[in-house]
Amino acid sequence: MLNPKSDLPQGTLDLLILKVVALGPVHGYAIAQRLEQVSQHVVQVPQGSLYPALHRLENRGLLAADWKDTETGREAKFYRLTGKGRAQLETEAASWERLTEAVALILKLSEGGAK
Amino acid sequence: MNWWHRLLRRNKMEEQLDKEMRFHLEQHTSELIAAGVNPAEARRRALMALGGPEQVKEECRDARGTRWLEDLWQDFRYAMRMLRQRPGFAAVALLTLALGTGATTVMFTLVNGVLLKPLPFPEPDRLVAVHGQSVEWNAELFGKQNVAYQDFLDCTRSSHSLDLAGALFSGGTVSQPGEPEYIDLRETSPGLFSVLRVPLLSGRDFLPEEDKQGAAPVAILGYSFWRRHFAGRADVPNSTMVLDVKRYTVVGIAPPGFRLFGQEADVYTPIGQDTARYLQNRDMHPVRVVARIQPGNTLGEAQAELSLIGRHLAETYQETNGRRTLIVEPLRPEIGDVRSTLWLLLGAVGLVLLIACANVASLLLARAVSRERELAVRVALGATRARLVRQCLAESVVLGLSGGALGVLLATFGVRPLVAFWPGDLPRGEEVQLDWHVLLFALAVSVLSGLLFGLAPAVRAPFRDVERTLRAGARSIAGGSKRLHSAFVISEITLAIILLVSAGMLGRTLLRLASLDPGVDVHNVLVARTALSPATLSDPGKTRAAWKDVLARARRLPGVQSVATVDTFPMREGDNEQAYWTSADLPPSNKLPFALLTSVSPDYLDVMRIPLRRGRFFDAHDDLGSTPVIVIDEVLAQNAFGKEDPVGKRLWIPDMGYANVFEIVGVVGHVRHWGLAGDDQAKVRAQIYYPFAQLPDSFMHRWSELMSIAVRTQIPPLNLVAPLRSELKGVAGDQVLYEVHTMEQLASDSLARQRFLLLLFGVFAGLALVLASIGIYGVLAYLTGQRVPEIGIRMALGARPNSVIWLVLRQSLGMILIGVALGTAAALAAGRVLQQLVQGMQPIEISTFAIMIPVLVLAALFASFLPARRASRVDPVTALRQE
Repeated sequence: MLNPKSDLPQGTLDLLILKVVALGPVHGYAIAQRLEQVSQHVVQVPQGSLYPALHRLENRGLLAADWKDTETGREAKFYRLTGKGRAQLETEAASWERLTEAVALILKLSEGGAK
Repeated sequence: MNWWHRLLRRNKMEEQLDKEMRFHLEQHTSELIAAGVNPAEARRRALMALGGPEQVKEECRDARGTRWLEDLWQDFRYAMRMLRQRPGFAAVALLTLALGTGATTVMFTLVNGVLLKPLPFPEPDRLVAVHGQSVEWNAELFGKQNVAYQDFLDCTRSSHSLDLAGALFSGGTVSQPGEPEYIDLRETSPGLFSVLRVPLLSGRDFLPEEDKQGAAPVAILGYSFWRRHFAGRADVPNSTMVLDVKRYTVVGIAPPGFRLFGQEADVYTPIGQDTARYLQNRDMHPVRVVARIQPGNTLGEAQAELSLIGRHLAETYQETNGRRTLIVEPLRPEIGDVRSTLWLLLGAVGLVLLIACANVASLLLARAVSRERELAVRVALGATRARLVRQCLAESVVLGLSGGALGVLLATFGVRPLVAFWPGDLPRGEEVQLDWHVLLFALAVSVLSGLLFGLAPAVRAPFRDVERTLRAGARSIAGGSKRLHSAFVISEITLAIILLVSAGMLGRTLLRLASLDPGVDVHNVLVARTALSPATLSDPGKTRAAWKDVLARARRLPGVQSVATVDTFPMREGDNEQAYWTSADLPPSNKLPFALLTSVSPDYLDVMRIPLRRGRFFDAHDDLGSTPVIVIDEVLAQNAFGKEDPVGKRLWIPDMGYANVFEIVGVVGHVRHWGLAGDDQAKVRAQIYYPFAQLPDSFMHRWSELMSIAVRTQIPPLNLVAPLRSELKGVAGDQVLYEVHTMEQLASDSLARQRFLLLLFGVFAGLALVLASIGIYGVLAYLTGQRVPEIGIRMALGARPNSVIWLVLRQSLGMILIGVALGTAAALAAGRVLQQLVQGMQPIEISTFAIMIPVLVLAALFASFLPARRASRVDPVTALRQE
């Protein structure tokens, strides 16, 4: 835990969850693991807020859940993306990209201005 | 999954949530163990990473968005538990509320069925009534005018915006099949059923070619008549019946319960086949007209069109239609004058409900105060104010709803008896039933009353001095609620006084009215409408002979003292009102005074025992050949002639038809024609009698249709019904008596409305008295209970039991007096309302208060005496230990 971790920007947790679940049905613990691995431990995903977020997304109909057995033969709650969730993921991902591009542009501009 | 579904599966969701968390923790732990961490440490780390499973679960529950509902569910379960813990309290509260909402629901069911429901025809808002109106006609006095048949035909031909149908009220004797019976006949235009969109039970409506003079006689049967005379046989269409010696082919049967203008008719025939001359006369207005607005048209357009047609008729037929217009109005159910009675009763029942609410509120308040510490503990543990208020309200709404459910149950059993018990026939009584309007009303009443009586205890839940409340014993803080408690007691007393005084007023009125002299001797008089054999009606000579024969035969029967014919008699519906004047110089016709006209045979005075004041009554010499004579009553004598002797003077009656000027030969006592209750306030009271024998031939048919016989008997009058019927049957056996009553019964019926109101108000007042007493008892028992330590100290210091009783009574007496003062003021206002709405009601009298208020005060004092006596028996030592 020596390398400092960034806090997740507001509202991006939902987007990240949707993206991870889009890869295939997955249970909560695996989502937490994957987020941590994929972000190479840069992003801190508080496990405590993961589950309320999952339940909220399920309640909004973006995710659906089934109880299935894992490889180890234990029963777990597997989340998968609904059609509505997929549409939501696309629009949010697009707007995220637009946002980061714009932010990057502005940052470059300020560097140029400083020279 | 929707929210309630989720709520129902709450347990399963909880289980799954738990399983999900457990899976996560175990998975994390086992991975850490695999990485070499020792099991205890691995478990600790996993828990740390998740951040407390209970908290996560709580957040997940919040995220599901059914939180408020779950809380509500919890509140209700808690409320149920609290009620179960105090079955005595719950039973009293539920019973009180069930009575309150039950009575209110019953009354509302009546109001809904009679006043609020639309007409039972499809698209009732497209139905209209067409009335005539003339400048001379005083519509306020006599109601709306109908339409002349020829005018109706013109409207039917010219109107594009309305689909019109007309009906004529008539009667006749059906002599076959079955027992001869005088029936209620409607002569209708073809299309009546299609305008109303009422499908016939079987058969067809009249065809246009049947609506002509000389067409083959056809008839449609009313459902009840069909059951009565054809035993409900299915092959009736195309069978025949004999009505007024004419054989009719039955073409259709009306559906059960079909009523137009309030009554179910026996038989319908085409109006166009009627050859009566007055149907050709545009100056006679006998046809009731209903119409349906054609698709695409509005009421406004229909009104405009009909007034245009009316103007056109006025130009074409100056003489008869010159001063007439046509009016189109939405068709409304005929409900007579029950509107005020129904609202009055709903109001009274509403007062009972309010008392019930006040009662339960004070009971709840008492409980809330003793639960103050419990609530304070919950506040200390972090419950918000809103949450506590909601919990208190949940409790009272549960009470309200359960009370309401019981009330609806009561109402389902209460409505029919009340309708059956209604004096006379409740108009639209058959439409009175529990429907979703009523259920919605009951639900609203229960929830509202629940909120009403729950609000006070809920709002005063403790928030300010949580600490003090927690430290103090429950007993020491009772002082704060005393004012609220008194408010409840005072309002209960106020409401109870309104009902008691109203009941008292009604009782006095009834006593006074019953002791009035009806103007006739009602004992041992039988009256019955008489329909002569239809065969005799076509010939005036035969008709006269038939009436003479009826009188002679009736007189011969043993037990009959005297007998007379009369067209309209007192205290029964039906009258003939005509304008009169004392000189030939008539003022404009809308300025003329009116009188009730009655045609009689000479023995009428003997039969009714109406006192003769001056001159003479009619005799056998007053016939077609002699001067037209009349006898007037005291009221007319006073109105028209003051102190002068009217005998020998003359009266001008312009619309009499057979003469204009009449000689007054006698003055008789006034008869309460409009009933014991109604006569004093009636618009037309003056009376004129004229001899039936002086009516010319042209009047015989019409007058004979309206005639009754009145019989003075020496034996109980009802014993004469059977002998009279068989004696008067006539040669053909088709002469019938119908609407048979005793005068005693009619006089008593004329007070039925007052008696009914008195009975119900009496019941409500009794209920109010009991409820208020229970309320006062509850409040005082509670307040006194709170004062036990104080009383203990007083007694330890030497107070005697009597002074303790007085201490408690003084407290309640204060509330009672304020309640009485407020109640008296409110009762005065309520008395005004009663006086306007109930016939024969006298202004409120001091004595009514003097009788009714002590009743309440005594009941209230008795209710407070019980807790007072208990207080006086407190053992000082025990009381002091309680502190």
